[in-house]
Amino acid sequence: MTGLGFIAELATSFMIVLGASFALIGSWGLVRLPSLMERLHGPTKASTLGLGGILVGSVMFFQLDKGVWSAHELLISIFLFITAPIAANMIAKVQLHILRDRKAGTLVGPAGEPPHPPGAQDWATYEAPHLGTPTSTSQE
Amino acid sequence: MIEHAATFGLGCLTLALALNLWRLIRGPSVGDRIIALDTMVINVLAIIVLIGIANANDTYFEAGLLLAMVGFVGTVAYCKFVLRGDIVE
Repeated sequence: MTGLGFIAELATSFMIVLGASFALIGSWGLVRLPSLMERLHGPTKASTLGLGGILVGSVMFFQLDKGVWSAHELLISIFLFITAPIAANMIAKVQLHILRDRKAGTLVGPAGEPPHPPGAQDWATYEAPHLGTPTSTSQE
Repeated sequence: MIEHAATFGLGCLTLALALNLWRLIRGPSVGDRIIALDTMVINVLAIIVLIGIANANDTYFEAGLLLAMVGFVGTVAYCKFVLRGDIVE
């Protein structure tokens, strides 16, 4: 290697190995878990954390090896940490609608169907826009 | 040491991509396929970052950032299409 000290090299390698292992565990969970609502946990948490670990390792590598402070990796990780929950929420909504429509090939998990919310209202994702819906979603 | 760590990481991520591909083919519902594609995008992003480390090259991150944005938009567009039957309403 170039001018990296042993400790710096060890720390960077550790972050890379940790991140790759988390990504692998997330994908293993995607294959192994029984239904979609459980499968969402693997990729959205473990894989995102794994990519975060690899990006931290990359920041350390370019800082310690080249002496260059690069913010690209932090940009990627911030963007990913913002968008991963939104994507997971959209996929969960798709699954809720599919469960309600009872399309073929869907599997209700061990936890069963999601419970009905308290009161007379249904979950917001099933409802058509009505009086009192925020304007950003009710117009058109 | 970093070369060996990068090789190990690339092996792990390749195996992860194979597992995602299995879930993408196997199904059984649309949501499974969407989430398999989303995870594949994240794993490919990790592979791009690892190749950047292994080559000590700074240029790969632009590709990674672009892939992160396109992957998110793709996932949301696919979900919107399944939910509403249309993407841009």
